[in-house]
Amino acid sequence: MRVRVDYGLCQGHAMCEVEAPAVFKVGRADQVEVLPDAVPDEHEAAVRLAVKYCPTRALTIEGDA
Amino acid sequence: MTVAAGPAPPRVSGGEHEHGHLEELRRDPIGLMRRVHDECGDVGVFELAGRDVVLVCGREVNEWYFRAPDELLDQGAAYPFMTPIFGQGVVFDAPPERRAEMLKNSSLRGPQMKGHAEVIAAEVERAVAGWTGEQAIDLLDFFAELTIYTSSACLIGKKFRDQLDSRFASYYHDLERGTDALAYVDPYAPIESFRRRDAARAALVELVVDIMAARTSGQVVGDKDLLDVLMSMTVGDQPRFTADEITGMFISLMFAGHHTTSGTAAWTLIELLRHPEELTAVVTELDALYADGSEVSFQALREIPRLESAIKEALRLHPPLILLLRVATEDLEVGGYAIRKGDLVAASPAISNRLTPDFPDADVFDPSRYLDPRREDDVNPWTWIPFGGGRHRCVGAAFAMMQLKAVFSVLLRDYAFEMAQPADSYRNDHSKMVVQLEQPCEVHVRPRSGR
Repeated sequence: MRVRVDYGLCQGHAMCEVEAPAVFKVGRADQVEVLPDAVPDEHEAAVRLAVKYCPTRALTIEGDA
Repeated sequence: MTVAAGPAPPRVSGGEHEHGHLEELRRDPIGLMRRVHDECGDVGVFELAGRDVVLVCGREVNEWYFRAPDELLDQGAAYPFMTPIFGQGVVFDAPPERRAEMLKNSSLRGPQMKGHAEVIAAEVERAVAGWTGEQAIDLLDFFAELTIYTSSACLIGKKFRDQLDSRFASYYHDLERGTDALAYVDPYAPIESFRRRDAARAALVELVVDIMAARTSGQVVGDKDLLDVLMSMTVGDQPRFTADEITGMFISLMFAGHHTTSGTAAWTLIELLRHPEELTAVVTELDALYADGSEVSFQALREIPRLESAIKEALRLHPPLILLLRVATEDLEVGGYAIRKGDLVAASPAISNRLTPDFPDADVFDPSRYLDPRREDDVNPWTWIPFGGGRHRCVGAAFAMMQLKAVFSVLLRDYAFEMAQPADSYRNDHSKMVVQLEQPCEVHVRPRSGR
C-alpha cells in the first residue's frame, strides 16, 4: 500500500499522525511527511482511518478511487 | 495565474430593486440560488447591494473554488456581518498567514479528541439530568444551550464552562440572529436585530468581566484554562488583553462550531423521527454497541455506521451553512467565464448537496447512500459539501461528528422521542445568514422503559 498526499490541500492538521504515527509525521510543520515509502501491512488499517479523518481530504491510497 | 478572459457569466432574472437581489436573499436564499443554477448553469451571477456575486455550482467549478488559495479567493472581506460580532482584530480581520499560524494552536488537533469526547459525554448527561417524566423540549433552545457548554468546555476550558449559565447561550443566540444580509449595505443599519446583536455583545463582555473578577479574587478553583492563560499575559505591567478582546476571541472561537452543530443535532433527530425505520435501525445499533456497558467517550471516537449515515444525510439535506463566500483578489476565469477583481464568489452547499446525478433521489432522506458500495460522500468530494471542501474544509468536521455521535449515544440510549407537532412543520428560518430552526420546534421526550 502506498499513500499519496495532495499538497495543494494539506494544511497540517495532523489528524493522520494521530491515527498512524508510524506512517505520518506533522509535528509543528506546515504539511505532512509520509515516513515509509510503502506502508507496512500492520499499519494499513490505521492508514485507512487516517485517510478517512483527514480534514481536507488530502490523502489517498494509490489504486483507490 | 489565470487571466480573466471569456465573457461575463450569465445573470439571473429579477433583482430590480435598490440593492439588487438582497431582498430575495433575505426572504428565500435557497430559492434564489436554485434559480441561479436553473437559469444560468454552473456559473451565474446575482447582485448583492451593488456587488456581483458569482455563484459556482457543479463538480469542476466547485473543485476550482475549493482548491483556490487565499491569495486568489479571500475569505477575509467576504463576511462583513461577522465583524460587529467578533470585534476588530479577531479571526477574519487577521491576514491569511496569521490565520494559518492560529491553526497550529488549535485544540481541534487529533491528540485532544479523546479528552473532548469525555467532556461532551458528561455535558450531555448533565443537560438531561432533569428529564424524569414525559415532557416537551424545544429543539433550538435545548441544543443551542448544550452546544454552548460543550464548545466552551472543549475549546476554552471546563473551568470557564462551569462559570456559565443559560444567560450566555441566550446572548449568544442574539449574536447569531444579528447576521441579517443587510450588513452588505451597512453592518450597523438601524434595525432591531442589529441593536439586539450589539446589546448582546456588550452583555457578554459584562459576563466575562464578572468571570474574570471571580478568578482574580480567587473564588474559582480548577485546572488552568485558556482564560487563565490570557489573563496572565502582560505588556509591561498592563494586561495584554482587555475583557472586550477576550470576549471577542471566545465568541469567534465558538462561532463556527455552535449553530452548525446545534442545528445538525436538531435536524438529525427530526429526520429520524420522520423516518421511524431509520430511527429503529440507529437505536438497535446503539443498544448493541452499549450492551456491554462501554463508555460513550470510547465509542464516540469509533465508527457507528447507521448513526453516522443519518447525521451525514441530515447535513446533506439541511446544511448549516447554505452560502459560502470569498472575494476575488484579482481578475479570474472559471468555467469559461470571467470573474472581476472585487467580485464576491460563492458556493452553495444547499444547492450542491442536491445535485443530480451525484445524489439520486436528491430530496429523499436516505442514509443508505453512505454505506458501501454507494459512499456518495466519498465519491463526490466536490459536490457533497456540508463541510465545504478543499483547503478550507471545516477543521472541526471530525470534532463535530464525534460530538454528534456522543450526543445521540446518550439521548437515544436512554430516552424515547416523539414529534410534538406535524412532521412538515419543522423548518429552518432563512431570514439571517446564520440559519436556525424556526420556532416552535418541539418534541416530546421520556425515559425509555426499563431505564
